[in-house]
Amino acid sequence: MAETEARGRTLDGIRAYGLIASMWVRSTMAYRASFAMTALGNFAATGFDFVAILMMFSHVDSLGGYSLPEIAFLYGTAGVSFGLSDLVMGSMDRLGRRIRDGTLDTLLVRPAPVLAQVAADRFALRRLGRITQGLLVLGYALLVLDIDWTVVKVLLVPVMLLSGGAIFGAVFVVGAAFQFWAQDASEVQNSFTYGGVTMLVYPPTVFAKDLVRGVTFVIPLAFVNWLPALYVLGRPYPLDVPQWLAFTPPLVAAACMGLAGLAWRAGLRSYRSTGS
Amino acid sequence: MIRLYALVAAGGFRRHATYRVATVAGVFTNTVFGFIVAYTYIALWDQKPHLGGYDQAQALTYVWLGQGMMATVAMLGGGFEDELIERVRSGDIATDLYRPADLQLWWLAGDLGRAAFHFLVRGTMPMMLGALVFDLALPDNPFVWIAFVFSVVLGVVVSFAVRYLVALSSFWLLDGAGVAQIIGLVSLFFSGMLLPLNVFPGVLGELAKVLPWSSLLQIPADVLLGKHTGWGLVGAYAFQLGWAAVLLTVGRLLQSAATRKVVVQGG
Repeated sequence: MAETEARGRTLDGIRAYGLIASMWVRSTMAYRASFAMTALGNFAATGFDFVAILMMFSHVDSLGGYSLPEIAFLYGTAGVSFGLSDLVMGSMDRLGRRIRDGTLDTLLVRPAPVLAQVAADRFALRRLGRITQGLLVLGYALLVLDIDWTVVKVLLVPVMLLSGGAIFGAVFVVGAAFQFWAQDASEVQNSFTYGGVTMLVYPPTVFAKDLVRGVTFVIPLAFVNWLPALYVLGRPYPLDVPQWLAFTPPLVAAACMGLAGLAWRAGLRSYRSTGS
Repeated sequence: MIRLYALVAAGGFRRHATYRVATVAGVFTNTVFGFIVAYTYIALWDQKPHLGGYDQAQALTYVWLGQGMMATVAMLGGGFEDELIERVRSGDIATDLYRPADLQLWWLAGDLGRAAFHFLVRGTMPMMLGALVFDLALPDNPFVWIAFVFSVVLGVVVSFAVRYLVALSSFWLLDGAGVAQIIGLVSLFFSGMLLPLNVFPGVLGELAKVLPWSSLLQIPADVLLGKHTGWGLVGAYAFQLGWAAVLLTVGRLLQSAATRKVVVQGG
């Protein structure tokens, strides 16, 4: 009984998300010039990052022992994963503003899950620009790299992208839950989302061991691409961890989403409106 | 009249000083990014010492300075212009045009106040935290610091002048978000935030150095790192002042064209 109820709520949430998102898509299309420019901007935003990497490689042949195509592989996987979560959940950082100006209350009285409403708020199709750019770089990497493909490796690539998206999505939700306590702190989550994706673009050998430990064991961003991607590339992970960890991103993603759900509930329950 | 703009500037300072949690959050984020970028620069400078004429300590100083300057010169945008764009969109701009103050100077004063606050807090904190972990090349000579601060002020004015043009574009486009985003990215790239401009290869490097955005980070950083001294320093200032003058003038012209275009609906 409880299970069917939970499933019903999830379906409700997805349906509400779809409705709100399609409303925002229609509204965006009212200003077509602006949409075209922001979509291009999103594409270029990450494009500039990659240009910076290309410029680095105009001076050196390897960075942290990794060649340009290998870094492009890391770049593509991190970029697509992050792009997926940004498309679906990227509006979560507006929660603090909604709490401040009191419009969160409107969401609470609507007969749809609050998480779905907050996530779909200002749904921005322009974020496809980032995913497209990530896919292009990933495509380049896959063409150029000489990988010893096995069935497992082939399957691991899409699994990695989806699990990575889910892990980043969980970070977005936890970041939003944190805003119930500190409304102005939305920028903190940029450290873990934008900061995380910036870090995952480079090989772990570049960073201090403690930093790598931090994103492996504390905030499991290493499961987005480092662990599975280094397995695909046939590179050793700089920490002394068992190799099968490369296959665990879906489990890590599920655990992260579970924890994020709990954090969200705790946050939402602690919310007190100003009442005025 | 000067008093009025001083008050507006003080208001801009106090307004941003109110958001304490946001400031701490911003410092935290800048520090995290500082660490990430610092390690990538170490990897790069390990392979190629003296790249772009910097040694490793100078390159790391550049990283932390960049994190500090990011909010100060509003590199990604998100300063006053979002508000001004919104006022154009909603029509509140009509009230602003009635005020007995100049539109451009009003917003410039407010933005200078904001920048002063961001420089004092978000400019210094990440640098100090970075200095605890990494070897930085900070000057001992107090005059270099003074020269640096002056260059930062000019950088803020150039940044303002560009963002003012962005905001005015919404008079024609109705929704200025697209232009704001694109200019934010261009400014991030050509300010040298992603990679110092003297590491840019060939023609791209030459181009980047003469665009206005080099005033935002590259020039202040080179002043701090002691790359501009004597007449070189005068030249650097002249470059920043020149762009500030040109862009502010264009802003004036565009502003008068825009205000002629405004039609206020009676009601």
